[in-house]
Parts: sequence; structure tokens; C-alpha cells
Amino acid sequence: MTFLDYAVLLGFALVILGVALASIRLIKGPTLADRIVALDMMTVQLVAFAGLSALQSRNAAFLDVAVVLALVGFLATVCLARYLERRNAINREDRE
Amino acid sequence: MQSLILTTATRLLVALLLVFSIYALLRGHNLPGGGFIGGLIGATGFILYVIATSVSDARSALRVDPTNIAMLGVGIAALSGIMGAFAGDPFLTGQWLFLFAAEGEKGLPLSSVLVFDVGVYLAVFGGILTLVFAMEEEI
Repeated sequence: MTFLDYAVLLGFALVILGVALASIRLIKGPTLADRIVALDMMTVQLVAFAGLSALQSRNAAFLDVAVVLALVGFLATVCLARYLERRNAINREDRE
Repeated sequence: MQSLILTTATRLLVALLLVFSIYALLRGHNLPGGGFIGGLIGATGFILYVIATSVSDARSALRVDPTNIAMLGVGIAALSGIMGAFAGDPFLTGQWLFLFAAEGEKGLPLSSVLVFDVGVYLAVFGGILTLVFAMEEEI
């Protein structure tokens, strides 16, 4: 095993740790905004995971997975933020 | 939704998504990719545009009704299947044309498989956008 292989393995371990911590926030998260940020963080970590997989398997196809995941993850966060904004606006109308 | 950050990012990202969708479509011949995922990525670009601006803006940017795009795609896919009939093969058999083919060299390979993929791309692109536009207009 070369140094790169050890580094990739360590990277995998750290990414999995990050996903575990983000999922704790996803379950506990007191507000919906916390949960959205946790989901976004998990998406970014999956992008890192795809990059590490590309390094480990020497297969560039995983990099396309990373690109698509990064672009769609951005869209998902925007959609959830818009939903949150709309819901708050409806609640405000109800209170008034 | 009015947001300066979102509209600025959308200007860059929509172009990036559309280029990547064509890239995924053309590369799907030999490597992971293809018409379906390409169409989905292209539709994602326009969904982002809808969120940043409005459905009427996205419709005028697209110029053509997405329903027509979807039907055109299905028509192209069916036409590529009929191409096999000229060679006496069953429906949807891939037909190959090797331009400038020399001894031991394949030249420029053209196939009806790519035409089918373009049809799938347009069908998925138009179908998803029809769905999203209808859902957005209802809200």
C-alpha cells in the first residue's frame, strides 16, 4: 500500500464520521433550518466520497457523479429554502 | 423569490448544467451517461431558472412548449427504430455507418443508437419540464 492508499482510507473514515455527525443533527435538529443545513452538509460529504472513490478505483466516472451531485444538491437546498420561506409567509398571514 | 445571490449563481449554473447535459448525452455512447441522465440534468438547469425567476420567464427562455419537445423526442426515437427496416433488421436494431473507413481503421462511426439517445434526451427533458411548469403554475 502506498501513502495515497492510506490517505484515501483515512479520508473515507473522516467522511463517514462527518455523515454520522450530520445525521445526528438531522434527527435532533430543533428547527427545520437545522435539518436543511444538515442535509446540505451530507450532500457535500457525498461529493467528497465520490471523489475519494474515483481516486481509489482509478475510475473517472465517479467524478461525473460528484459534479451532478454538487449541482443537484445546490438545487435541493434552494428548493427547501424556498419552501421554508413560503411556509413562514403563510404562517405570518394566518397570525395577522 | 427575489434573491441577488440566487439570480447571480443561476446565470452561471444554468449554462453549466445545460453544457454538462449535452456532454452526458454524447458521452453515454461508450461510458456512463446517456439520454436519460442528460435530459434530467438539462431539465434541472431550467428548474433552477424557474426558481430564480418565474415560470413565464422560463417559458419564454425555452421558446418552445415543453410538451412539443417531449413529443418530438418520442418521434425521433421511433424514427431511429424504423431505420433498421431499411437493412431488413427487427425494430430498434442499431444501424452503423462508418464514414471514411479504411483498411484496419473505423473512420467516423455514425449510428442510429445516438439518434435514439437524442430522442430519449428530448422526451425526458420535455416531460420533466411539462411536469414542473404545471406544478409551479398551480401554486
